[in-house]
Amino acid sequence: MGKVLATGLSRRLIRLQCYEGLDVSSAVYEWNYARQMIEIRIAEASGVTDRERLESDVFSDEFLIHRPLLQALQPHPEGPPVLLIDELDRTDEPFEAFLLELLSDFQITVPEVGTIKAEEPPVVIITSNRTREIHDALKRRCFYHWIDYPTRERETEIVAVRVPEAGEEFTRQVVAFVQRLRQEDLFKLPGLAESIDWTRALLTLGRSSLDADVVNDTLGVLLKYEDDLARVRGEPALAILQEVV
Amino acid sequence: MVSRRWPFCKKLSDPTESSEGGPTRERPAWGEQLTERVTDFARLLRRAGLPTGPGDVRNAMGALSTVNGTRPDEFYWALQAVFVRRGEHRPTFYEAFKLFWSDRPPPNAVLDELLSLSKVPVQAPTPLRRRLAEAWAEGGSGADSERGSVEVDMRMTYSEREALSQKDFEQMSVAEIEAAREAIARMRLPVRDLPTRRRRPNATGSEVDLRATLRATLRAGGASIPLKWRTRRRRPPALVALCDISGSMSGYTRMLLHFLHALTNDRDRVHTFLFGTRLTNVTRHLRHRDGDVALERLQNVVEDWDGGTRIGACIEEFNHTWSRRVLGQGAVVLLITDGLDREGGEGLGAAMDRLHRSCRRLIWLNPLLRYEAFQPEAQGIQAILPHVDDFRPVHSLNSLRELAQVLSVQPTPARRGAGATIGTSGGEAEEGTALPG
Repeated sequence: MGKVLATGLSRRLIRLQCYEGLDVSSAVYEWNYARQMIEIRIAEASGVTDRERLESDVFSDEFLIHRPLLQALQPHPEGPPVLLIDELDRTDEPFEAFLLELLSDFQITVPEVGTIKAEEPPVVIITSNRTREIHDALKRRCFYHWIDYPTRERETEIVAVRVPEAGEEFTRQVVAFVQRLRQEDLFKLPGLAESIDWTRALLTLGRSSLDADVVNDTLGVLLKYEDDLARVRGEPALAILQEVV
Repeated sequence: MVSRRWPFCKKLSDPTESSEGGPTRERPAWGEQLTERVTDFARLLRRAGLPTGPGDVRNAMGALSTVNGTRPDEFYWALQAVFVRRGEHRPTFYEAFKLFWSDRPPPNAVLDELLSLSKVPVQAPTPLRRRLAEAWAEGGSGADSERGSVEVDMRMTYSEREALSQKDFEQMSVAEIEAAREAIARMRLPVRDLPTRRRRPNATGSEVDLRATLRATLRAGGASIPLKWRTRRRRPPALVALCDISGSMSGYTRMLLHFLHALTNDRDRVHTFLFGTRLTNVTRHLRHRDGDVALERLQNVVEDWDGGTRIGACIEEFNHTWSRRVLGQGAVVLLITDGLDREGGEGLGAAMDRLHRSCRRLIWLNPLLRYEAFQPEAQGIQAILPHVDDFRPVHSLNSLRELAQVLSVQPTPARRGAGATIGTSGGEAEEGTALPG
């Protein structure tokens, strides 16, 4: 979605993949310590003894490594970029708290340099998979949109766009099967990405229509839990197949 | 927020105008006694659960000197500004203020307050008032005879309490709140803190902290590079509590809920679920700082108090709806149930298996093992046992402290090893060590 938005607006996409323990030095900025050390050595060798000047030299923009969030605040020729903060729920609470300043004022404070503020705020998209609840304070700074499983028509359109070589009838069958599968009582329902992957997998196998054997063989593309597989494989899969073909 | 409290203030100033309060004495009439009175007032607040210290009295005197003390509203707001630090404290403060600074002599005022509480059964006394009344009685001010009558009234409020139905959860007394807080603070779950990917400075750490090193280098003028070290920060894992509130557990429900409330507020990353015939996520309701208010909210949300138990169905629902949302970051599950399942353990084994595999550690607290020679015969218990890492049977629980103690018993290294293995073998090892006899 971020990619599409960035292409649509013809702006740069900056993506920050979140993970547990993501910290300021890998998300916002980092000092280039090696260069700073060398700079200090050079200064020493050339006899500079003014410590304060040295300090301000070493902590200047030149030695600052810009990480995604800082990049997003900087001016870009094609306009403010699209900032995708992906799977925010994978980080921990402290990082979430850090984002509060960024998202409300679009500014970042680097102690040695000062506050960096975006002239024009970037378009920020935050995604979460609900592996953890996001704090209310952060949600307050966002619009909320829940992406549910698409309807049959919508899913057919999406698969047709993403896998155009599948053909209309085959796409219809695949989507109908997946849609029907989502009505089963499963631990993990197959998502849209699974529909696309399955279509591609079946095409790779040289199929252009569904049959019992190939469904049973490739069910692992759709279902990722053994319990779910055991529940669907065989008879139930056949029943669904007969319904949709 | 302020506007919501304004009516109170109006009410406050009412007695000074109406005949009920009698002739109004001007505030400065207290004169040099004022400090003493404010100190007493601070004590009352502290006993009622507001965190006040000696410094607050000084601040309060300072605040009073800057306002027009003859005006009740200014007097009120000056004190509130000093003593109220949390939104939840405002009602307590308001009641205490009314009680303490009313123009009538305080002991009678208390008496009236208490009498009005015990006389009017329709309007149940608010938890706040009861707590305040207790706080007042504890401190005691006024003549002995009057004190005596106060105590009588206190007993009446207590007996009324006993008569309240169980699911009113009786409000926490000041002493109980204190005890709960203490117990939770002392509690150490048998779970090791997990290393995070965050670092903190540590002189004996194993990684070089480049940023600190560079700063130190600059301080040293660049002549030498004094290495600074850092190490990984550790923190306790997230905790998910699943608590059974069915009929068979009803004797413990109140205590467990207060326990869960204290737990939820003591640390971050705690999620709490209650189950009987259905599963309810009560984390948000329990987040309210005031335990009494939190439990009052619970009563409106949870619909299956004291009903049957469908442990299997509830655990399965948890697995399906919640486990992926709250068990993400190495959470520890605390399961509190007697294991007596109405459905005879049907589907429970599979649900427990999945739960066990999705969490870091599964601790089962069974507070209803009354017999020394307990044999896990009930099917529910049979179904759960193989899937827990740590089994805490308790014959009877009488206090929160006991509960915290039971949960704090650290497993022996051997058991921890056994618990770490997944599946039945670990469970059997648990069974052997955990069961008496």
